[in-house]
Amino acid sequence: MGIFSKLKAVLTKTRDGLSKKLNELFAKNKLGEEFYEELEDILISADVSVKTTMEIVDEIRETAIKEKCKDKEYVIDLLKNELFETLDYADKIEFKSPAIIMVVGVNGVGKTTTIGKLANKFVKEKKKVTIAAADTFRAAAADQLSVWADRAKVRIIKHSEGADASAVVFDAIDSAKAQKTDVLIIDTAGRLHVKANLMEELKKMDRVVKREYPDANFYKLIALDATTGQNAYNQVEVFNEAVGLDGIILTKLDGTAKGGFIISLSYELEVPVCFVGTGEKIDDIEDFDAKDFVEGLF
Amino acid sequence: MALFSGLSEKLNHIFSKLTKHGKLTELEIKTAMREVRIALLEADVNISVVKEFVSKVSERAVGQEILKSLSPTQQVIKIVNEELIALMGSANSKLGTSDNPPTVIMMAGLQGAGKTTLVGKLGMMLKKQNKKPLLVACDVYRPAAINQLKVVGEKAGCTVFEKGQGNPVKIAKEGVAYAKSYGYDTVIIDTAGRLQIDEDLMKELENIKSEVNPTEILLVVDSMTGQVAVEVADTFNKRLEVTGLVLTKLDGDTRGGATLSMKAVTGKPIKFCSVGEKLGDLEPFYPDRMANRILGMGDVLSLIEKAQEAVTEEEAKKMEKKFRENSFTLDDYLSQFETMNKMGGIKDVLAMLPGMGSKFKIRDEDIDEKKIAQTKAIIQSMTMYERENPQVINSSRKMRIAKGSGTTVQDVNRLLKQFDQTKQMMKQMKNNRFFKGF
Repeated sequence: MGIFSKLKAVLTKTRDGLSKKLNELFAKNKLGEEFYEELEDILISADVSVKTTMEIVDEIRETAIKEKCKDKEYVIDLLKNELFETLDYADKIEFKSPAIIMVVGVNGVGKTTTIGKLANKFVKEKKKVTIAAADTFRAAAADQLSVWADRAKVRIIKHSEGADASAVVFDAIDSAKAQKTDVLIIDTAGRLHVKANLMEELKKMDRVVKREYPDANFYKLIALDATTGQNAYNQVEVFNEAVGLDGIILTKLDGTAKGGFIISLSYELEVPVCFVGTGEKIDDIEDFDAKDFVEGLF
Repeated sequence: MALFSGLSEKLNHIFSKLTKHGKLTELEIKTAMREVRIALLEADVNISVVKEFVSKVSERAVGQEILKSLSPTQQVIKIVNEELIALMGSANSKLGTSDNPPTVIMMAGLQGAGKTTLVGKLGMMLKKQNKKPLLVACDVYRPAAINQLKVVGEKAGCTVFEKGQGNPVKIAKEGVAYAKSYGYDTVIIDTAGRLQIDEDLMKELENIKSEVNPTEILLVVDSMTGQVAVEVADTFNKRLEVTGLVLTKLDGDTRGGATLSMKAVTGKPIKFCSVGEKLGDLEPFYPDRMANRILGMGDVLSLIEKAQEAVTEEEAKKMEKKFRENSFTLDDYLSQFETMNKMGGIKDVLAMLPGMGSKFKIRDEDIDEKKIAQTKAIIQSMTMYERENPQVINSSRKMRIAKGSGTTVQDVNRLLKQFDQTKQMMKQMKNNRFFKGF
């Protein structure tokens, strides 16, 4: 993934907004309190949490004072570095076969679409993929996933609407074993993390996978909508507590939303971002790259 | 439904730090406003909206009004409250109808906001009002969106008009014509989710609008939206002149600050809140109540209404007496559970009380319906004497109770512990200002 990647192009939108603000900042401010306050505002506008923003900016201010730095460009470089280090602490996940990827998240974040894209991505990597339509709740969710399965040319295991989600998982594992599938991707119903019974259902699916296919490498990824605000933190916290998350997929990063909450998330919850969804087409998914993300921001 | 309770906790905390007597100094106001700013930002209110709000409130607070006041804290709360209400609008707004039926209602919004589900919910609501709605499927892009609307429409008992993956503008027009000839009085048009910066799709919405001339254009927004809410609402409003906003997924734990932002930037009323996955889970929006809630005055109005539905006055008096005397028994605990359940659960009720939200972190799982049934079974397996004197329940009694209720001794222990905690909680509630007021 080079500097001309799609992610970069997408982030340019974000960057344009941010650079403009930064340029204005350079133009009118001395390196005083006001400069740092505006720096805070810029991060907050990108949905970085108030707490993280203050911590990061305080740290930079201290460094700048310690080094008797007067150069704004240098301060921005410090900020970039800080953000990069915040995002880049974890090793990239390698999806080793046989892999089971379960995608979880609240309603409407783009789980089903993401799974279509992921399936396609793995197929391109010459892997044998099966997807399981374990969202048995939302009307026509399985139909939606079937369309994506057709597009990616992968097998899909589904039951009728209202069926037990864990039963779908059970059958999908059976089939994945028989077919020697490299990657089994499980779609789950969107659920608000405050609904205890739905979180229980998820835990049950988690148990079924562990029990029925202990040899598989099991990855649980949460899909987060880039337009979300601070609630993203609660979402990751609760899902993580319920099933233990391995990574984040940041969806809908094709608008003007900045998804800055992932900085707070990496800072405080230590769940790494692994993929970024950048559009509605089947190829619109990329590996997350902290450097590109931060570079794109400025 | 912890809507704005996080924010109200914070503001409560701030104001409890403010001077209780005498006049507010400028410094105190500045401190309070800094905290108000942080609280609002953490609640996802847009930063420019926050700035405007804070400066407005500070201006009013340092002015004469406050100097005349005997209770500065109350005065500040009053000003913040008034400004919040002003920001969110002041009245609940109903759906408009066209003089020349059918009335056309059109949806707009980002992907995943919940438009299709909302179409079903509105359809169901209109049916209950003895209207005859027709749902029109104009989301021709997302795979299976039409199927989803068909399923939702069937559940809501509404006819769905669809023409497959055709041209959405044409489908909308044909849908309205169909409604006219078959006597449907309302047409609800589902549209595809789109980004506000997608020129082609925004143009498409404008074309649908000019073709069918809707009475209502509802912008459907996820209540969890962050800072970008302002831009989304502003663009959709500028392009389409929306008539109202609908907030979805309010049954989560988002603070919903986006509500404030979008209202501030569009000036359009928030017409409905979507508060659950069932088709009946649609509620009107009450800005004044919500503002009260933000301020930590608690949503006392809603609470009273809910309580009136669930408890008779006599019951309430009896319960209040027990509250005060701390003579709360397991029997009361059981009926309390059932009442709370009728009122929407303990969490809901607590969230509506001032200053209670943070003290007792109660999760939905504590009030799971199965657990309530289990609790009921356990208590009903106790003798009357045991229910009134739970301290006598020793291990052999526990074994008997567990057998009688089909549970285990651990379950019985858990219940007794919970009961103890509830009693503790009530002691604390007695010391809460709100209850002292009664």
